[in-house]
Amino acid sequence: MAPDFEIPILTTTVDKMAQWARRSSIWPVTLGLACCAIEMMSMAASRYDISRFGAEVFRASPRQADLMIVAGRLSRKMAPAVRRIYDQMPEPKWVISMGACASCGGVFDNYAIVQGCDQVLPVDVFVPGCPPRPEALLYGIISLQRKIDQQRAFGYARS
Amino acid sequence: MDAPAIIAALETLVPGTGAQALASIDQPTILVPADRLRDVCVALRDDPAFRFTALVDIVGVDALPNEPRFEVNYSLVAVDAPARLRIKVRAGGEIPRVPSVTGVWPAAGFLEREVWDLFGVEFEGHPDMRRLLTPEDWEGHPLRKDYPVQVDTPVTFDAPTQVTEAQFRATMEKDRRLRGANR
Repeated sequence: MAPDFEIPILTTTVDKMAQWARRSSIWPVTLGLACCAIEMMSMAASRYDISRFGAEVFRASPRQADLMIVAGRLSRKMAPAVRRIYDQMPEPKWVISMGACASCGGVFDNYAIVQGCDQVLPVDVFVPGCPPRPEALLYGIISLQRKIDQQRAFGYARS
Repeated sequence: MDAPAIIAALETLVPGTGAQALASIDQPTILVPADRLRDVCVALRDDPAFRFTALVDIVGVDALPNEPRFEVNYSLVAVDAPARLRIKVRAGGEIPRVPSVTGVWPAAGFLEREVWDLFGVEFEGHPDMRRLLTPEDWEGHPLRKDYPVQVDTPVTFDAPTQVTEAQFRATMEKDRRLRGANR
């Protein structure tokens, strides 16, 4: 006699499942450099609420974080510190460059500010704006999730 | 007390200062020769007629075509009176030099470091003259008017510290021994 219920089993690949788990819990490291950080906090708070996308837990230690959001202008003196925090994060890890200043120096075209944090970190997603609205940063995180979906979990290093 | 009255009172305390009153719109301002700065500051801090006990800020000014080129402004506050006073000191030459007032107001330590970092005015007698705002290996003094706005030197950052397993174990075991000894 055939059972009249569906067997509760889903088949998938290990790769896909690992990447699903990774993109569904992107924990950012607590790092705010300037006014963009205010928008980042707003995105984390109840009105915009990134916990809807599994990314709400801002970790105070880089050892527990997957994502670095470079929120604001990165000064030359801060660059070694930010790089060290990035180096302390375990693989796999991703970087979002938030706002005009982090992406290209913005209006601060001068000796003190790094003209684009991609000189210091491997950036995955650039979010434009000055500052970007929380929705824009949310879109950046969703874009990063799409990117993670297309990456392989095993076999070779992240692109 | 306005600037001429302050100078007159100073003359009795520190004879021959050569201080001048300068025009200003907000608070009395006096110009003091650099070599008498420390005597004047001690008098302003300690004399019961003044009691300027608080040094609020030290600001550098670069007046590039003029000579002497640099000016250092000291903002003082007397909490009891209450009163404010601005002292100006001018310094020129290849390396502008001004005596340090860290011995008079300890608060001057960071402020003088900032002015040296950004303007290159040397403070003679400062106990710990290091850069404050720019990176330690920075060249030049950015707020000078002949300093370029954009600099295209590459960004420097250190390589991550790598510890071998043997080093890690040695550190942990030393730690454990120390904790055992303290128990």
